[in-house]
Amino acid sequence: MSNLLQFSISEALSLLEKKEFSTKELVETYINAIEKTKDLNMYLTTCFDQALEQAEISDQNYLNGNQRFLEGIPLGIKDMFCTKGIETTASSKILKNFIPTYESTVTQNLWKEGAINLGKLSCDEFAMGSSNETSAKGEVINPWNFEEKRTPGGSSGGSAAAVAAKAALAATGTDTGGSIRQPAAFCGVVGLKPTYGRCSRWGIVAFASSLDQAGPITRNVSDAALMLQVMSGYDHKDSTSSNKNVPNFYNDLGKSIKGIKIGIPEEYNSDGISSDILNAKDITINFLKENGVEITHVKLPLTKYSLPVYYIVAPAEASSNLARYDGVRYGARIDGNSLDEMYENTRNLGFGDEVKRRIMIGTYVLSSGYYDAYYLKAQKVRRLIKNEFDEIFKQVDYLVTPTTPTTAFKIGSTQDLLTMYLNDVFTVPASLAGIPGISLPIKLDKNKLPVGIQILGKDFDEQGLLNVANVIESCASFKDTPDGAAS
Amino acid sequence: MSNNSKINLDTLKKLGKLSRIPIDETSSNKLIEDLNKIIGFIEQLNEVDTESVNPLSSVTGHNLPIREDVVDDGNKNNDVLENAPEKKSGYFVVPKVVE
Repeated sequence: MSNLLQFSISEALSLLEKKEFSTKELVETYINAIEKTKDLNMYLTTCFDQALEQAEISDQNYLNGNQRFLEGIPLGIKDMFCTKGIETTASSKILKNFIPTYESTVTQNLWKEGAINLGKLSCDEFAMGSSNETSAKGEVINPWNFEEKRTPGGSSGGSAAAVAAKAALAATGTDTGGSIRQPAAFCGVVGLKPTYGRCSRWGIVAFASSLDQAGPITRNVSDAALMLQVMSGYDHKDSTSSNKNVPNFYNDLGKSIKGIKIGIPEEYNSDGISSDILNAKDITINFLKENGVEITHVKLPLTKYSLPVYYIVAPAEASSNLARYDGVRYGARIDGNSLDEMYENTRNLGFGDEVKRRIMIGTYVLSSGYYDAYYLKAQKVRRLIKNEFDEIFKQVDYLVTPTTPTTAFKIGSTQDLLTMYLNDVFTVPASLAGIPGISLPIKLDKNKLPVGIQILGKDFDEQGLLNVANVIESCASFKDTPDGAAS
Repeated sequence: MSNNSKINLDTLKKLGKLSRIPIDETSSNKLIEDLNKIIGFIEQLNEVDTESVNPLSSVTGHNLPIREDVVDDGNKNNDVLENAPEKKSGYFVVPKVVE
């Protein structure tokens, strides 16, 4: 029965409809796969009983011909999404035993269309990190060359690893500065960060509210289209949610990309970028040329200021958002002799080092006397970065860049903070501008690790991104499976 | 760290107070060093001319929607208290604040 793991969402849906196998069999196969891949430390919580109950409902629906859009598709959910009745911790000690009494809009959208929750996936604590090493429950191991113990990337490391290891058919992620795209690249899967506002943020544990955006992590581009279609949509409970029409992403896939213009920004290069990654970029450019795409080299000179802007804006918003963890309303409480002492004890033991650092930086850049010099300055440069993208998209339709400067590195190998932050150097600019981006695997490097390429597009042009990615995917024909995957 | 380090033990203690994260003085050197590294990094922005640039706080391009001021959700008292570490008679309980 384990061969059921090989099917993508669209394949599984059509086989379920033909009654080639039941939803129950599919869910049981994935439960088994999760047990087999336990050593990768991907799931924080599982909800198998509930999943099996849901599977029975799905099977009934197939029997009656009432199947919904994602009927019976087993998913893993990043632990940043509140799930009603299921522990949600954002991989933090401070949210230990927090059982939401409500469901996030994005996950609710998925369940409404028949998808099934297998469990909650590990991430960096409060999504702050690029290696999944800041999770309170320990690091997730990348299924590629798993004996070498490499990072799956982060912060959606558990999500990307689970999709690659076949411990979920697809997963949700959140992306604040690259947290969907970077782990997708490290794990050889597809990760899509939609336009800011495309998916509701309601019920997602807040990190940096002006940047946070949910998106899918999947085995291939068409699965990303299916997932995005269900996850997207206006939500009155999120004031930044967009009321733009959600296209039928999946049906409109496969359009020719002949004649479109794609820019290659020369600044998406860095010292220490691996030659395999530059090679993957060249391969991708050739695929595009073969498909009649006009390639131009473009300049985005403000690119290098994206990370400094990000490390002001994101910690500032985080320091404000994380003020809510006070030991009073939910989560952990460590008692003290006074209210202040209780706050301090709770936050001291509840937060990990990276989260504390970011809260302190955020507090510093917002504090009186420094606000203009740091926070306001960053918001101004953010405006210029957004303007630069707006201008470039008058000349070209899309941009193609490497997703990351390196492939997956070994857990514990990056001790220097700024070196760690540089992981996101190619993904952060799109987050600041709010534009959509997708990462997809192109090839393996010399260490047999996946290399990802990123496509960026205009606001709300996820359809175009998916179409371009679809063409690149069929040319690249990336079919390798990690040695740590369930079989 | 150089003399123009922005964060020293005093600033760190002030940040700790503001953010309710206690500072352990015996192990604060590493934290001070890390924070100064980050501050040094973000100060690159001083190279960018931002004269007469409007700050960008939201990329949505739309104003926040306003709805009618009516109750559209409620009666969630039990839900709100559900995860409280300590509660009593429908209230959150905190350590004594008034003597």
